[in-house]
Amino acid sequence: MTARTASAAAGAGRHRALPALLAVASLAMAAPLLWTLLLSLKPNGELLRSTRSAFSPPYTLQNYTDILGHSAVFAWLLNSTIVSLAVTLGVLALSSLAGYGFARLRFPGRGVIFIVVLFGLAIPEQSVIIARHQMFSALNLHNTYRGLIFPGLAAPFGVFLMTQYFRATPQELEEAAALDGASRFKIFWRILLPLSLPAQATLGIFTFLSTWNDYWWPLISATDSDMYTLTVGVASSQMNFAQTNGLGFLMAQAVFASVPILIVYVIFQRYIVAGVSRAAA
Amino acid sequence: MPRAVIAGCRAKAVASHGQTAATSTRRAWSASRSEARSGLLFVAPYLIVFTVLLIYPLFSGIWLSLHKADLFGGSQFIGAQNYARLFRDPVFLTAVRNTLYFVLLTVPPLTLIGLGLALALNNRSRWSTLLRGLFFSSSVLSVTIVTLIWRMVLIPDGGLIANLLTAIGRSPVAFLSDAHLALPAIAMTTIWWCIGLPMMLFLAALQQVPQDLYEAATLDNAGWWRTLASVTLPSIRRTALVVVIIELILQFQLFGQAQIMTLGGPNNASLPMVLFIYQVGFQRWDIGYAAAASEILFGIILVAAMTQYFAARGREPR
Repeated sequence: MTARTASAAAGAGRHRALPALLAVASLAMAAPLLWTLLLSLKPNGELLRSTRSAFSPPYTLQNYTDILGHSAVFAWLLNSTIVSLAVTLGVLALSSLAGYGFARLRFPGRGVIFIVVLFGLAIPEQSVIIARHQMFSALNLHNTYRGLIFPGLAAPFGVFLMTQYFRATPQELEEAAALDGASRFKIFWRILLPLSLPAQATLGIFTFLSTWNDYWWPLISATDSDMYTLTVGVASSQMNFAQTNGLGFLMAQAVFASVPILIVYVIFQRYIVAGVSRAAA
Repeated sequence: MPRAVIAGCRAKAVASHGQTAATSTRRAWSASRSEARSGLLFVAPYLIVFTVLLIYPLFSGIWLSLHKADLFGGSQFIGAQNYARLFRDPVFLTAVRNTLYFVLLTVPPLTLIGLGLALALNNRSRWSTLLRGLFFSSSVLSVTIVTLIWRMVLIPDGGLIANLLTAIGRSPVAFLSDAHLALPAIAMTTIWWCIGLPMMLFLAALQQVPQDLYEAATLDNAGWWRTLASVTLPSIRRTALVVVIIELILQFQLFGQAQIMTLGGPNNASLPMVLFIYQVGFQRWDIGYAAAASEILFGIILVAAMTQYFAARGREPR
């Protein structure tokens, strides 16, 4: 009886077939990752003869030391870091200010403007990218950091999220501060912003991840290989994939390029889970 | 009527200085005016960016779609001709068909596997935590890393699957250069890449299901399937709808996987709509035509997004 209650408390209980299916799914999930890792630890020449050698030692770190000598990857890494951090900070600042405005301050047209911003959530990148590309050409913004950063700042999701968050915060604190004569900005800066840190973290991590992984815009805007982000750089190096004789090196590059974002993921996992749960609820 | 009276009072009050009642009304009024001013100041920075980088390109894209425009600024108004041309263009129609086929190949598996994983991993054991991390980890990788990994799985000359097939005495399969297998192979890659989100959404929903429902089901001696059918699934119905719509929107926008793995080939067999837009707009520089194709995609996504909005609203009175 106690065993039964325990299984009920764990949710819908468990079906006998579930562990087996789970094992199959986990294997399918992990196999490509392990395969990549094994290949990256093999000398290129040996892989050229047969990739089956990847299943057995000896393994080497040669491909990784080769990456250290291959400076392009580091330039791309730096570009990605600069662009992703700038977009993240920009989105946090713009969204928090606008979110506070929409949630707390009455101004003419507020309702209509907010609905227009919400409508922006439904605009897919494809429907603006052509006109935006022309606009950035006219302004000479391609192959610059600004050209890579600006488009990310317009995403309405953050404004939506912060407005919801500020609406749900109790108003008493602000009212007390207002009685003490604090200005609107001071109230926002000293009281609401610190309260909103969990939401900022969630918004920040999602913005960072999506900017880091963005592919289409940097592909058409940063055509100069010095301005490639890591995502575009990794694409460019696999263009003549079938003819490559540096499979091990290519796979080491895949592993190397995954490491920064996986570290970010592990550190901020909590906020990612919180963000997804909020989306579901 | 009462509002007009108040407005009249305020006008009079503002007009007549010095009276105590008037000053207090005036203070309230000027306070709301300063609130309006600072409200606009708070939202202005975002609204400028929003207008310049999203609303303006949106309308200028619609405008472009009515023109025959090229890279060099040549542009001529041709009305709806681009749209008429699209519906006669066999390549575009193939791209639409491919996109629908791809959505069919990815959305149902993503939903069902996501649900299955969530049911299996909805507990606090250490293994479950680890496996949740594993299944979500691919979602944080960029499309270029995912395609790099999967090309090395799929390639007939020494890929992982080829190695496994040779080990059991079969000959390797050239997935990405076979017209019938290219899109399913891209779908498989995509499912591997995207499975984390549906799983997490379902996990979050499962945690909201009231425990007493399960206790009641246990008391009734309901089996696993019965509990699933009459307790779990009805409780997460709305989340299932949200998952389906989110994935529809996402998978309609298939681009990077096809652009990197097959270039839409062989013979356009894996060419999706977004890649069509990219090739027409940024490789053939037929900008007006590409804009028209992107407006059609926008229409489709807008319908899906609106459905999601109303589906999400529908859940509020719980």
